[in-house]
Amino acid sequence: MNAEIEIQLIASVVAAACALPGVFLVLRRMALMSDAISHAILVGIVLAFFVTKNIASPFLIIAAAFTGVITVVLVELLNRTRLVKEDAAIGLVFPVLFSIGVILIARYAGNVHLDTDAVLLGELAFAPFNRIVISGYDLGPQALYVMSAVLLVNILFIALFYKELKLATFDSGLAAALGFSPVFIHYTLMSLVSITTVGAFEAVGSILVVALMIAPPATAYLLTDSLMWMLGLSVSIGVISGISGYWLARFMDASIAGCMATMTGIFFILGLLFAPERGMVALARRHARNRWEFALWTLAVHLFNHENLPESATENRVDHLHEHVGWDREYAQKVLTHAKQRDIVEQENGRLYLTRTGRQMAKRALVK
Amino acid sequence: MDNEEIKAIRVDDLTVAYRDKPVLWDIDLNVPPGVLMAIVGPNGAGKTTLIKSILGLVKPAAGQVLIYGKPYQQQRSLVGYVPQRESVDWDFPTSVLDVVMMGRYGIIGWIRRPGREDRELAMQALEKVRMQDFANRQISQLSGGQQQRVFLARALVQDAKVYLMDEPFQGVDATTEKAIVELLQQLRSDGRTVAVVHHDLQTVIEYFDWVTLLNVRSIASGPVAEVFTDENLHLTYAGRVAFSRESKEQKNSLSDGDKQ
Repeated sequence: MNAEIEIQLIASVVAAACALPGVFLVLRRMALMSDAISHAILVGIVLAFFVTKNIASPFLIIAAAFTGVITVVLVELLNRTRLVKEDAAIGLVFPVLFSIGVILIARYAGNVHLDTDAVLLGELAFAPFNRIVISGYDLGPQALYVMSAVLLVNILFIALFYKELKLATFDSGLAAALGFSPVFIHYTLMSLVSITTVGAFEAVGSILVVALMIAPPATAYLLTDSLMWMLGLSVSIGVISGISGYWLARFMDASIAGCMATMTGIFFILGLLFAPERGMVALARRHARNRWEFALWTLAVHLFNHENLPESATENRVDHLHEHVGWDREYAQKVLTHAKQRDIVEQENGRLYLTRTGRQMAKRALVK
Repeated sequence: MDNEEIKAIRVDDLTVAYRDKPVLWDIDLNVPPGVLMAIVGPNGAGKTTLIKSILGLVKPAAGQVLIYGKPYQQQRSLVGYVPQRESVDWDFPTSVLDVVMMGRYGIIGWIRRPGREDRELAMQALEKVRMQDFANRQISQLSGGQQQRVFLARALVQDAKVYLMDEPFQGVDATTEKAIVELLQQLRSDGRTVAVVHHDLQTVIEYFDWVTLLNVRSIASGPVAEVFTDENLHLTYAGRVAFSRESKEQKNSLSDGDKQ
């Protein structure tokens, strides 16, 4: 396997592993929590590094995951005092933990492989250099193994507890009443987010992890009405962002992680604009169609209300629409043309008559 | 008291406090099986908290709750729950049938997946609330009344003996309200016990046969004919009630009143 393929493979696995717990973060409105966790775990990593003196130790992952859960607990404790709102609590907790990590690195670990830039941004391009070699056999890059394991854990957890996750996310009250401890599910999920973040931070850095966790699920949310599909689409969008991000980085000679995150943003914007049901273009179109439809209804009702009355000779005239309905002449003409096409009105010497269809339409509008 | 009939819901000396402020204060409640009970009281009376503490969702500061003689934790399968409609996110990516099936999760248990039987039971429940045509609809497309009926169907598949419902008539039109009431009365005639947080004092007599008047303390609880009196209503709403049983004079069901 050459390095090029290895990097894309790692990118794909990282993206897929991040997208899965990300779906539940987005649905639980806890996107900010991934931000907090991804920063706060730095302390855990640094402290564990001081103990083990080995950046590749699995103990680092455990320590970091533990720090992630502590972050969640601290936020919740602060929130529970009711003196601080949840978003403020998040904003208070993680910078403190993060800055302790930064200070520790700067003060005591400045000359080792653990530097702040690597933590923040990661470097996917170097991932293939760190390989697992057992008795002379090259088994491939370590990051690929770590992230595959994380991905597997995520898949297993979601597959096993799919029903419980769904219920606890949709209706935690019923989940608790039925005996599916939402607290247990919450903390397990937060542990997974932490583990995933730690696993991914070496490759993409602690900040871009957030993009991979939140953007693909947020995009998928715009595209589907089913949780299963949302999970599948999130993973797909994540993987596509990863691979296209790699090629973008090659093309621009820029940071791979940065380009991957950029691609997640681009896909999100595409989704926001062009999602079939919820995209802004679809919404604008529906809105325009509704307005047009509404104009026809208005015309029909106006004509209907004055039909067969003495004033109909003056009211139900083309030029009168402008004065009484308040449309400008051009618009009135457009509506009229449209109404004639739809067989709603007939015109005779500038006077307007409802057709049978038009009369029915007005009647329906009035009983609504 | 040993020879007394076993109560569907029994609450003894229940006190719930948020920090030091009591939300429920020394509540005693004895609800016999097979009644349809309204829980009424002003805003902030603790109606939702009462339901939640019966379900073990809120930790009491004191007191105990028994469902058919045993703590809730041992009787989960006997109890069905309809939370307030606003308590969930209706934009959640899931279908109507899926939501109804959630009522079966307790019976299915951890990890196992719902099967064909669960699906069929959910469909039957949807038919009972006349929502079968919406089974595959995404839940965000439902109106308020339809959402309420889906929640009701979800409770029906729980096949519980005791139902606790938090404002099932909230945001529901008159026709749907009648349909829901009929369903609740049907549950009662099956011998089930239904406790409903209710806001409209004017329909209490018509819909329910049992009532609990609540305002942090339990003012009165018993058959509607006995305890739903002007005096008790006055006590419950601290004189700010605009509904009178005797005169049937109806202004608003609840005056918002001048806070002093």
